[in-house]
Amino acid sequence: MKKIEAIIQPFKLEPVKEALHAISVEGMTVSEVKGFGRQKGIREVYRGMEYQVDFLPKVKLEIVAPEDKVQAVVDTIIAKARTGRIGDGKIFVYPVAEVIRIRTGEKGESAV
Amino acid sequence: MNGADTAFVLISAALVMLMTPGLALFYGGMVRSKNVLGTLMQNFIMLGVVGVLWALYGYSLAFGPDVGHVIGNLDWIGLAGVGFEPFKAYSETIPHQTFMIYQAMFAIITPALITGAFAERMKFSTFLVFMVIWSTIVYNPVAHWVWGDGGWLKNLGALDFAGGTVVHINAGVAALAAALVMGPRRGYAGYGNGVESFIPHNLPMTILGAGLLWFGWFGFNAGSALGANALASSAFTATHLATCAATLSWVGAEWIHRGKPTTLGAASGAVAGLVAITPAAGYVGPMSAMLIGLIAGVICYLAVLVKPKLGYDDSLDVVGVHCVGGITGALLTGLFATKLVNAAGGDGLFYGNPGQLWTQLIAVGVTVIYSFVISYALFWILDKTMGLRVDSDAEVAGLDLSVHQETGYSL
Repeated sequence: MKKIEAIIQPFKLEPVKEALHAISVEGMTVSEVKGFGRQKGIREVYRGMEYQVDFLPKVKLEIVAPEDKVQAVVDTIIAKARTGRIGDGKIFVYPVAEVIRIRTGEKGESAV
Repeated sequence: MNGADTAFVLISAALVMLMTPGLALFYGGMVRSKNVLGTLMQNFIMLGVVGVLWALYGYSLAFGPDVGHVIGNLDWIGLAGVGFEPFKAYSETIPHQTFMIYQAMFAIITPALITGAFAERMKFSTFLVFMVIWSTIVYNPVAHWVWGDGGWLKNLGALDFAGGTVVHINAGVAALAAALVMGPRRGYAGYGNGVESFIPHNLPMTILGAGLLWFGWFGFNAGSALGANALASSAFTATHLATCAATLSWVGAEWIHRGKPTTLGAASGAVAGLVAITPAAGYVGPMSAMLIGLIAGVICYLAVLVKPKLGYDDSLDVVGVHCVGGITGALLTGLFATKLVNAAGGDGLFYGNPGQLWTQLIAVGVTVIYSFVISYALFWILDKTMGLRVDSDAEVAGLDLSVHQETGYSL
Protein backbone atom coordinates (compact mmCIF):
# COMPACT_ATOMS: atom_id res chain seq x y z
CA MET A 1 0.00 0.00 0.00
CA LYS A 2 1.09 3.53 -0.69
CA LYS A 3 -0.08 6.90 0.43
CA ILE A 4 -0.30 9.45 -2.34
CA GLU A 5 -0.11 13.03 -1.17
CA ALA A 6 -0.79 15.62 -3.84
CA ILE A 7 -0.58 19.38 -3.45
CA ILE A 8 -2.59 21.01 -6.21
CA GLN A 9 -4.20 24.28 -7.26
CA PRO A 10 -7.48 24.77 -5.34
CA PHE A 11 -9.57 25.16 -8.51
CA LYS A 12 -8.33 21.78 -9.75
CA LEU A 13 -9.84 19.89 -6.81
CA GLU A 14 -13.20 19.17 -8.48
CA PRO A 15 -11.86 17.75 -11.78
CA VAL A 16 -9.28 15.68 -9.90
CA LYS A 17 -11.89 14.32 -7.50
CA GLU A 18 -14.28 13.44 -10.36
CA ALA A 19 -11.56 11.66 -12.30
CA LEU A 20 -10.47 9.69 -9.23
CA HIS A 21 -14.09 8.66 -8.67
CA ALA A 22 -14.15 7.43 -12.25
CA ILE A 23 -11.25 5.05 -11.60
CA SER A 24 -13.06 3.95 -8.39
CA VAL A 25 -10.93 5.54 -5.74
CA GLU A 26 -13.26 5.18 -2.76
CA GLY A 27 -11.96 7.73 -0.30
CA MET A 28 -9.69 10.68 0.14
CA THR A 29 -8.88 13.37 2.66
CA VAL A 30 -8.60 17.00 1.61
CA SER A 31 -7.15 19.99 3.45
CA GLU A 32 -6.68 23.62 2.64
CA VAL A 33 -3.00 24.38 2.99
CA LYS A 34 -0.62 27.21 2.22
CA GLY A 35 2.87 27.05 0.85
CA PHE A 36 5.27 27.99 -1.87
CA GLY A 37 7.67 26.35 -4.27
CA ARG A 38 9.29 27.82 -7.32
CA GLN A 39 6.20 29.90 -7.97
CA LYS A 40 7.14 32.07 -4.98
CA GLY A 41 4.57 34.55 -3.71
CA ILE A 42 2.30 37.24 -4.98
CA ARG A 43 1.86 40.90 -4.12
CA GLU A 44 -1.27 42.24 -2.46
CA VAL A 45 -2.15 45.91 -1.96
CA TYR A 46 -4.23 47.32 0.90
CA ARG A 47 -4.87 51.06 1.01
CA GLY A 48 -1.79 51.57 -1.10
CA MET A 49 0.45 49.42 1.13
CA GLU A 50 2.07 46.56 -0.73
CA TYR A 51 2.66 43.24 0.95
CA GLN A 52 4.59 40.26 -0.38
CA VAL A 53 2.49 37.17 0.32
CA ASP A 54 4.75 34.12 0.21
CA PHE A 55 2.30 31.44 1.20
CA LEU A 56 -0.25 30.76 -1.46
CA PRO A 57 -3.43 28.78 -0.90
CA LYS A 58 -3.27 25.19 -2.19
CA VAL A 59 -5.25 22.02 -1.61
CA LYS A 60 -3.65 18.85 -0.25
CA LEU A 61 -5.18 15.49 -1.18
CA GLU A 62 -4.30 12.33 0.68
CA ILE A 63 -5.21 8.97 -0.81
CA VAL A 64 -4.16 5.50 0.30
CA ALA A 65 -4.19 2.96 -2.53
CA PRO A 66 -3.14 -0.70 -3.08
CA GLU A 67 0.13 -1.15 -5.01
CA ASP A 68 -1.54 -2.02 -8.34
CA LYS A 69 -3.55 1.19 -8.31
CA VAL A 70 -0.88 3.68 -7.32
CA GLN A 71 0.31 4.45 -10.84
CA ALA A 72 -3.27 5.01 -12.08
CA VAL A 73 -4.00 7.43 -9.25
CA VAL A 74 -0.80 9.37 -9.87
CA ASP A 75 -1.43 9.52 -13.62
CA THR A 76 -5.00 10.69 -13.09
CA ILE A 77 -3.95 13.48 -10.74
CA ILE A 78 -1.28 14.64 -13.18
CA ALA A 79 -3.70 14.56 -16.10
CA LYS A 80 -6.36 16.57 -14.33
CA ALA A 81 -4.34 18.98 -12.15
CA ARG A 82 -1.85 20.09 -14.75
CA THR A 83 -2.15 23.50 -16.39
CA GLY A 84 1.44 23.61 -17.58
CA ARG A 85 2.09 26.82 -15.69
CA ILE A 86 4.28 27.28 -12.66
CA GLY A 87 2.40 26.57 -9.40
CA ASP A 88 0.67 23.31 -10.44
CA GLY A 89 1.97 21.53 -7.34
CA LYS A 90 3.66 18.26 -6.38
CA ILE A 91 2.88 14.60 -5.71
CA PHE A 92 4.58 12.59 -2.99
CA VAL A 93 4.24 8.81 -2.62
CA TYR A 94 4.99 7.09 0.70
CA PRO A 95 4.90 3.48 1.85
CA VAL A 96 2.11 2.74 4.35
CA ALA A 97 2.95 0.37 7.21
CA GLU A 98 -0.58 -0.42 8.31
CA VAL A 99 -4.23 0.59 7.84
CA ILE A 100 -6.88 -0.05 10.48
CA ARG A 101 -10.59 0.64 10.15
CA ILE A 102 -11.60 2.09 13.50
CA ARG A 103 -15.19 0.82 13.43
CA THR A 104 -14.45 -2.87 12.83
CA GLY A 105 -10.78 -3.29 13.62
CA GLU A 106 -10.11 -4.70 10.08
CA LYS A 107 -6.51 -4.36 8.97
CA GLY A 108 -4.62 -4.16 5.72
CA GLU A 109 -5.99 -3.52 2.22
CA SER A 110 -9.56 -4.39 3.12
CA ALA A 111 -9.56 -1.53 5.57
CA VAL A 112 -8.68 1.05 2.92
CA MET B 1 -44.42 68.84 20.64
CA ASN B 2 -44.70 66.88 17.42
CA GLY B 3 -45.21 63.11 17.18
CA ALA B 4 -43.62 62.73 13.76
CA ASP B 5 -40.51 64.64 14.82
CA THR B 6 -40.17 62.60 18.00
CA ALA B 7 -40.59 59.31 16.15
CA PHE B 8 -38.04 60.36 13.57
CA VAL B 9 -35.42 61.40 16.10
CA LEU B 10 -35.91 58.23 18.17
CA ILE B 11 -35.46 56.08 15.08
CA SER B 12 -32.43 58.17 14.11
CA ALA B 13 -30.99 57.53 17.58
CA ALA B 14 -31.37 53.80 16.98
CA LEU B 15 -29.67 54.15 13.58
CA VAL B 16 -26.73 56.01 15.11
CA MET B 17 -26.48 53.37 17.84
CA LEU B 18 -25.98 50.73 15.12
CA MET B 19 -23.00 52.66 13.75
CA THR B 20 -20.84 51.63 16.71
CA PRO B 21 -21.14 47.87 16.09
CA GLY B 22 -20.87 48.75 12.38
CA LEU B 23 -17.61 50.54 13.07
CA ALA B 24 -16.46 47.54 15.11
CA LEU B 25 -16.94 45.29 12.07
CA PHE B 26 -15.32 47.85 9.76
CA TYR B 27 -12.23 47.91 11.99
CA GLY B 28 -12.42 44.23 13.00
CA GLY B 29 -12.03 43.02 9.44
CA MET B 30 -8.87 45.07 8.95
CA VAL B 31 -6.84 43.60 11.81
CA ARG B 32 -5.15 40.21 11.96
CA SER B 33 -7.36 37.33 13.08
CA LYS B 34 -5.66 37.07 16.50
CA ASN B 35 -6.91 40.59 17.35
CA VAL B 36 -10.42 40.52 15.94
CA LEU B 37 -12.22 40.24 19.28
CA GLY B 38 -9.94 42.76 20.96
CA THR B 39 -10.83 45.25 18.24
CA LEU B 40 -14.56 44.52 18.28
CA MET B 41 -14.54 44.77 22.07
CA GLN B 42 -12.85 48.18 22.19
CA ASN B 43 -15.72 49.52 20.11
CA PHE B 44 -18.63 47.57 21.55
CA ILE B 45 -17.72 48.33 25.17
CA MET B 46 -18.04 52.05 24.40
CA LEU B 47 -21.81 51.55 24.25
CA GLY B 48 -21.62 50.56 27.90
CA VAL B 49 -18.98 52.97 29.18
CA VAL B 50 -19.99 56.21 27.51
CA GLY B 51 -23.70 55.35 27.66
CA VAL B 52 -23.48 55.27 31.47
CA LEU B 53 -21.26 58.37 31.72
CA TRP B 54 -23.60 60.30 29.45
CA ALA B 55 -26.57 59.80 31.76
CA LEU B 56 -24.55 60.39 34.94
CA TYR B 57 -22.89 63.67 33.96
CA GLY B 58 -21.79 63.75 30.29
CA TYR B 59 -24.99 65.20 28.91
CA SER B 60 -24.99 67.88 31.59
CA LEU B 61 -21.40 68.92 30.80
CA ALA B 62 -22.01 68.99 27.06
CA PHE B 63 -25.50 70.45 26.84
CA GLY B 64 -26.30 71.71 30.33
CA PRO B 65 -26.68 75.38 31.33
CA ASP B 66 -23.68 77.28 30.02
CA VAL B 67 -20.64 78.23 32.11
CA GLY B 68 -18.45 80.85 30.43
CA HIS B 69 -19.30 79.60 26.92
CA VAL B 70 -16.95 76.62 27.36
CA ILE B 71 -18.78 73.92 29.31
CA GLY B 72 -22.19 73.00 30.71
CA ASN B 73 -22.73 72.98 34.45
CA LEU B 74 -23.82 70.03 36.57
CA ASP B 75 -27.49 70.99 36.95
CA TRP B 76 -28.59 68.02 34.82
CA ILE B 77 -26.45 65.46 36.60
CA GLY B 78 -28.14 62.06 36.60
CA LEU B 79 -30.51 63.51 33.99
CA ALA B 80 -32.19 65.69 36.63
CA GLY B 81 -34.54 68.05 34.84
CA VAL B 82 -34.14 66.28 31.50
CA GLY B 83 -37.79 65.47 31.07
CA PHE B 84 -40.55 65.11 28.53
CA GLU B 85 -41.05 68.79 27.79
CA PRO B 86 -39.01 70.15 24.89
CA PHE B 87 -35.93 72.19 25.80
CA LYS B 88 -36.51 75.11 23.46
CA ALA B 89 -32.89 76.02 22.79
CA TYR B 90 -32.30 72.58 21.22
CA SER B 91 -35.69 71.71 19.76
CA GLU B 92 -39.21 72.94 20.20
CA THR B 93 -40.91 69.81 18.93
CA ILE B 94 -39.31 66.79 20.62
CA PRO B 95 -39.02 65.83 24.29
CA HIS B 96 -35.80 66.96 25.95
CA GLN B 97 -35.13 63.33 26.84
CA THR B 98 -35.36 62.33 23.16
CA PHE B 99 -32.70 64.91 22.30
CA MET B 100 -30.54 63.61 25.15
CA ILE B 101 -30.66 59.95 24.06
CA TYR B 102 -30.03 60.91 20.43
CA GLN B 103 -26.92 62.83 21.50
CA ALA B 104 -25.82 59.89 23.65
CA MET B 105 -25.19 57.85 20.49
CA PHE B 106 -22.84 60.55 19.15
CA ALA B 107 -20.92 60.63 22.42
CA ILE B 108 -20.53 56.84 22.19
CA ILE B 109 -19.25 56.52 18.64
CA THR B 110 -16.76 59.41 18.82
CA PRO B 111 -14.26 57.78 21.21
CA ALA B 112 -14.85 54.44 19.45
CA LEU B 113 -13.45 56.01 16.27
CA ILE B 114 -10.09 56.56 17.98
CA THR B 115 -9.61 52.83 18.61
CA GLY B 116 -8.46 52.28 15.03
CA ALA B 117 -5.25 54.19 15.75
CA PHE B 118 -4.03 51.92 18.55
CA ALA B 119 -5.53 48.66 17.28
CA GLU B 120 -3.78 45.40 18.09
CA ARG B 121 -1.65 46.63 20.98
CA MET B 122 -3.44 48.64 23.70
CA LYS B 123 -3.86 47.47 27.27
CA PHE B 124 -7.56 47.14 28.07
CA SER B 125 -7.52 48.69 31.55
CA THR B 126 -5.62 51.76 30.37
CA PHE B 127 -7.92 51.95 27.37
CA LEU B 128 -10.96 52.19 29.66
CA VAL B 129 -9.37 54.87 31.84
CA PHE B 130 -8.36 56.84 28.75
CA MET B 131 -11.86 56.70 27.32
CA VAL B 132 -13.53 57.83 30.55
CA ILE B 133 -11.21 60.82 30.88
CA TRP B 134 -11.16 61.70 27.18
CA SER B 135 -14.89 61.69 26.86
CA THR B 136 -15.13 63.87 29.98
CA ILE B 137 -12.49 66.50 29.24
CA VAL B 138 -12.33 66.47 25.45
CA TYR B 139 -15.63 65.33 23.95
CA ASN B 140 -17.98 67.05 26.38
CA PRO B 141 -16.41 70.52 26.20
CA VAL B 142 -15.96 70.46 22.42
CA ALA B 143 -19.57 69.31 21.98
CA HIS B 144 -20.57 72.22 24.21
CA TRP B 145 -18.57 74.77 22.20
CA VAL B 146 -20.16 73.74 18.92
CA TRP B 147 -23.67 72.62 19.85
CA GLY B 148 -24.35 73.61 23.45
CA ASP B 149 -26.65 76.54 24.19
CA GLY B 150 -24.16 79.39 24.73
CA GLY B 151 -21.15 77.52 23.31
CA TRP B 152 -18.56 79.94 21.95
CA LEU B 153 -18.09 78.33 18.51
CA LYS B 154 -21.83 78.18 18.05
CA ASN B 155 -22.04 81.89 18.91
CA LEU B 156 -19.25 82.58 16.45
CA GLY B 157 -21.38 81.11 13.65
CA ALA B 158 -19.31 78.03 12.84
CA LEU B 159 -21.32 75.61 10.75
CA ASP B 160 -21.19 71.99 11.83
CA PHE B 161 -24.44 70.27 11.01
CA ALA B 162 -23.87 66.79 12.41
CA GLY B 163 -20.41 66.72 13.98
CA GLY B 164 -17.54 67.20 11.55
CA THR B 165 -15.50 69.01 14.19
CA VAL B 166 -16.97 67.56 17.36
CA VAL B 167 -16.90 63.95 16.19
CA HIS B 168 -14.51 63.42 13.31
CA ILE B 169 -11.77 66.02 13.64
CA ASN B 170 -11.84 65.56 17.39
CA ALA B 171 -11.45 61.77 17.21
CA GLY B 172 -9.06 61.93 14.24
CA VAL B 173 -6.67 64.25 16.04
CA ALA B 174 -6.80 62.14 19.22
CA ALA B 175 -5.95 59.19 16.98
CA LEU B 176 -2.83 60.98 15.76
CA ALA B 177 -1.78 61.65 19.35
CA ALA B 178 -2.38 57.98 20.17
CA ALA B 179 -0.26 56.71 17.31
CA LEU B 180 2.57 59.12 18.15
CA VAL B 181 2.74 58.35 21.87
CA MET B 182 2.15 54.65 21.59
CA GLY B 183 4.50 53.81 18.76
CA PRO B 184 4.04 51.23 16.06
CA ARG B 185 2.88 47.64 16.33
CA ARG B 186 5.61 45.06 16.80
CA GLY B 187 7.10 44.20 13.43
CA TYR B 188 5.73 47.27 11.67
CA ALA B 189 8.35 48.73 9.38
CA GLY B 190 6.46 51.45 7.61
CA TYR B 191 6.16 51.18 3.90
CA GLY B 192 6.06 47.89 2.05
CA ASN B 193 7.29 44.57 3.26
CA GLY B 194 8.08 44.99 6.95
CA VAL B 195 9.18 42.28 9.30
CA GLU B 196 5.57 41.19 9.54
CA SER B 197 2.73 41.86 7.19
CA PHE B 198 -0.44 43.44 8.44
CA ILE B 199 -2.92 42.10 5.96
CA PRO B 200 -6.62 42.55 6.80
CA HIS B 201 -7.93 39.16 7.91
CA ASN B 202 -11.55 39.52 6.78
CA LEU B 203 -12.43 42.22 4.26
CA PRO B 204 -16.01 40.97 3.83
CA MET B 205 -16.48 41.94 7.51
CA THR B 206 -15.08 45.39 6.71
CA ILE B 207 -17.49 45.84 3.80
CA LEU B 208 -20.41 44.80 6.00
CA GLY B 209 -19.27 47.32 8.60
CA ALA B 210 -19.00 50.07 5.99
CA GLY B 211 -22.54 49.23 4.83
CA LEU B 212 -23.88 49.48 8.37
CA LEU B 213 -22.04 52.79 8.85
CA TRP B 214 -23.56 54.18 5.66
CA PHE B 215 -27.03 53.03 6.79
CA GLY B 216 -26.64 54.39 10.32
CA TRP B 217 -25.21 57.66 9.05
CA PHE B 218 -28.63 58.63 7.70
CA GLY B 219 -29.69 58.81 11.35
CA PHE B 220 -26.53 60.74 12.16
CA ASN B 221 -26.95 63.41 9.47
CA ALA B 222 -30.65 63.51 8.54
CA GLY B 223 -31.54 62.99 12.20
CA SER B 224 -29.57 66.13 13.06
CA ALA B 225 -32.42 68.12 11.51
CA LEU B 226 -34.24 67.03 14.70
CA GLY B 227 -37.50 66.85 12.79
CA ALA B 228 -39.30 64.88 10.09
CA ASN B 229 -39.09 67.68 7.57
CA ALA B 230 -37.59 69.03 4.36
CA LEU B 231 -34.25 69.79 6.04
CA ALA B 232 -33.94 66.14 7.07
CA SER B 233 -34.68 65.10 3.50
CA SER B 234 -32.07 67.52 2.20
CA ALA B 235 -29.44 66.26 4.65
CA PHE B 236 -30.33 62.64 3.79
CA THR B 237 -29.90 63.31 0.07
CA ALA B 238 -26.66 65.23 0.54
CA THR B 239 -25.28 62.43 2.72
CA HIS B 240 -26.07 59.76 0.18
CA LEU B 241 -24.77 61.64 -2.86
CA ALA B 242 -21.50 62.65 -1.20
CA THR B 243 -20.91 59.06 -0.16
CA CYS B 244 -21.67 57.70 -3.63
CA ALA B 245 -19.25 60.20 -5.16
CA ALA B 246 -16.48 59.52 -2.63
CA THR B 247 -16.76 55.76 -3.13
CA LEU B 248 -16.19 56.30 -6.84
CA SER B 249 -13.45 58.89 -6.48
CA TRP B 250 -11.36 56.84 -4.00
CA VAL B 251 -11.63 53.73 -6.20
CA GLY B 252 -10.93 55.81 -9.30
CA ALA B 253 -7.86 57.40 -7.72
CA GLU B 254 -6.34 54.08 -6.69
CA TRP B 255 -7.24 52.48 -10.01
CA ILE B 256 -5.27 55.19 -11.81
CA HIS B 257 -2.48 55.21 -9.24
CA ARG B 258 -1.97 51.49 -8.59
CA GLY B 259 -3.76 49.83 -11.44
CA LYS B 260 -6.45 47.97 -9.49
CA PRO B 261 -9.81 48.97 -7.96
CA THR B 262 -10.02 47.44 -4.45
CA THR B 263 -12.95 46.60 -2.22
CA LEU B 264 -11.13 48.07 0.78
CA GLY B 265 -10.82 51.24 -1.31
CA ALA B 266 -14.56 51.29 -1.97
CA ALA B 267 -15.35 50.83 1.73
CA SER B 268 -12.79 53.47 2.75
CA GLY B 269 -14.04 55.91 0.12
CA ALA B 270 -17.59 55.53 1.39
CA VAL B 271 -16.53 56.31 4.95
CA ALA B 272 -14.43 59.27 3.77
CA GLY B 273 -17.48 60.67 1.96
CA LEU B 274 -19.70 60.17 5.00
CA VAL B 275 -17.16 61.95 7.21
CA ALA B 276 -16.72 64.89 4.84
CA ILE B 277 -20.43 65.52 4.31
CA THR B 278 -21.19 65.39 8.04
CA PRO B 279 -20.60 69.09 8.81
CA ALA B 280 -22.16 70.16 5.51
CA ALA B 281 -25.18 67.84 5.25
CA GLY B 282 -27.85 70.33 6.30
CA TYR B 283 -26.34 73.37 4.57
CA VAL B 284 -25.53 72.33 1.00
CA GLY B 285 -27.46 71.36 -2.12
CA PRO B 286 -27.23 67.94 -3.79
CA MET B 287 -24.64 68.86 -6.45
CA SER B 288 -22.42 70.60 -3.90
CA ALA B 289 -22.67 67.47 -1.76
CA MET B 290 -21.52 65.36 -4.66
CA LEU B 291 -18.54 67.64 -5.23
CA ILE B 292 -17.62 67.48 -1.54
CA GLY B 293 -17.65 63.68 -1.73
CA LEU B 294 -15.66 63.64 -4.93
CA ILE B 295 -12.94 65.83 -3.42
CA ALA B 296 -12.88 64.00 -0.08
CA GLY B 297 -12.45 60.57 -1.69
CA VAL B 298 -9.28 61.68 -3.47
CA ILE B 299 -7.85 63.73 -0.58
CA CYS B 300 -8.36 60.94 1.96
CA TYR B 301 -6.79 58.40 -0.40
CA LEU B 302 -3.73 60.65 -0.69
CA ALA B 303 -3.65 61.14 3.10
CA VAL B 304 -3.61 57.39 3.63
CA LEU B 305 -0.77 57.02 1.11
CA VAL B 306 1.34 59.61 2.92
CA LYS B 307 1.12 57.87 6.31
CA PRO B 308 3.91 55.29 5.86
CA LYS B 309 6.25 58.06 4.76
CA LEU B 310 5.54 59.96 7.97
CA GLY B 311 6.45 56.89 9.96
CA TYR B 312 3.66 56.63 12.56
CA ASP B 313 1.48 53.56 12.80
CA ASP B 314 -2.11 54.81 12.80
CA SER B 315 -3.11 51.20 12.27
CA LEU B 316 -6.50 51.60 10.62
CA ASP B 317 -6.10 55.12 9.18
CA VAL B 318 -8.25 57.11 11.56
CA VAL B 319 -6.15 60.20 10.83
CA GLY B 320 -6.26 59.82 7.05
CA VAL B 321 -10.00 59.24 6.95
CA HIS B 322 -11.57 60.98 9.95
CA CYS B 323 -9.18 63.85 10.67
CA VAL B 324 -8.36 64.72 7.06
CA GLY B 325 -11.89 63.95 5.84
CA GLY B 326 -13.39 65.99 8.70
CA ILE B 327 -11.17 69.00 8.00
CA THR B 328 -11.91 68.76 4.28
CA GLY B 329 -15.64 68.68 4.99
CA ALA B 330 -15.55 71.52 7.50
CA LEU B 331 -13.65 73.80 5.13
CA LEU B 332 -15.74 72.88 2.09
CA THR B 333 -18.82 73.72 4.16
CA GLY B 334 -17.37 77.23 4.28
CA LEU B 335 -17.41 77.25 0.48
CA PHE B 336 -20.64 75.48 -0.43
CA ALA B 337 -23.07 76.35 2.38
CA THR B 338 -26.13 78.29 1.31
CA LYS B 339 -29.17 79.71 3.06
CA LEU B 340 -31.22 78.53 0.08
CA VAL B 341 -30.99 75.06 1.63
CA ASN B 342 -31.22 76.07 5.27
CA ALA B 343 -32.27 79.55 6.27
CA ALA B 344 -30.96 78.95 9.78
CA GLY B 345 -27.52 78.07 8.38
CA GLY B 346 -25.20 80.43 6.57
CA ASP B 347 -23.76 81.34 3.19
CA GLY B 348 -20.31 80.16 2.19
CA LEU B 349 -17.65 81.73 -0.01
CA PHE B 350 -19.37 80.65 -3.23
CA TYR B 351 -22.57 82.32 -2.05
CA GLY B 352 -20.97 85.67 -1.35
CA ASN B 353 -19.75 85.24 2.22
CA PRO B 354 -15.98 84.73 2.38
CA GLY B 355 -16.05 85.26 6.15
CA GLN B 356 -17.67 81.86 6.64
CA LEU B 357 -14.53 80.08 5.47
CA TRP B 358 -12.54 81.98 8.08
CA THR B 359 -15.02 81.01 10.79
CA GLN B 360 -14.77 77.37 9.71
CA LEU B 361 -10.99 77.60 9.83
CA ILE B 362 -11.12 78.90 13.41
CA ALA B 363 -13.44 76.07 14.46
CA VAL B 364 -11.15 73.50 12.83
CA GLY B 365 -7.97 75.03 14.24
CA VAL B 366 -9.26 75.29 17.78
CA THR B 367 -10.56 71.71 17.76
CA VAL B 368 -7.31 70.38 16.32
CA ILE B 369 -5.17 72.17 18.88
CA TYR B 370 -7.35 71.43 21.89
CA SER B 371 -7.92 67.78 21.08
CA PHE B 372 -4.28 67.17 20.16
CA VAL B 373 -2.77 68.81 23.24
CA ILE B 374 -5.12 67.20 25.75
CA SER B 375 -5.11 63.79 24.08
CA TYR B 376 -1.33 63.76 23.76
CA ALA B 377 -0.87 64.76 27.40
CA LEU B 378 -3.39 62.16 28.52
CA PHE B 379 -1.73 59.36 26.57
CA TRP B 380 1.68 60.46 27.80
CA ILE B 381 0.62 60.47 31.46
CA LEU B 382 -1.12 57.10 31.16
CA ASP B 383 1.95 55.69 29.42
CA LYS B 384 4.14 56.74 32.36
CA THR B 385 1.70 55.53 35.01
CA MET B 386 -0.43 52.57 33.89
CA GLY B 387 1.36 51.74 30.65
CA LEU B 388 -0.38 51.95 27.29
CA ARG B 389 0.66 48.69 25.70
CA VAL B 390 0.17 45.05 26.45
CA ASP B 391 3.50 43.30 27.03
CA SER B 392 5.41 41.83 24.15
CA ASP B 393 4.28 38.22 24.65
CA ALA B 394 0.65 39.31 24.80
CA GLU B 395 1.01 41.36 21.62
CA VAL B 396 2.56 38.42 19.79
CA ALA B 397 -0.15 36.04 21.03
CA GLY B 398 -2.84 38.55 20.08
CA LEU B 399 -5.32 40.49 22.20
CA ASP B 400 -8.10 37.93 21.81
CA LEU B 401 -6.35 35.27 23.81
CA SER B 402 -4.07 37.34 26.03
CA VAL B 403 -6.58 40.02 27.07
CA HIS B 404 -9.98 38.37 26.66
CA GLN B 405 -9.20 34.64 26.98
CA GLU B 406 -11.14 33.88 23.81
CA THR B 407 -10.53 33.27 20.13
CA GLY B 408 -12.57 34.75 17.31
CA TYR B 409 -12.55 31.66 15.14
CA SER B 410 -12.30 28.05 16.23
CA LEU B 411 -12.52 24.95 14.11
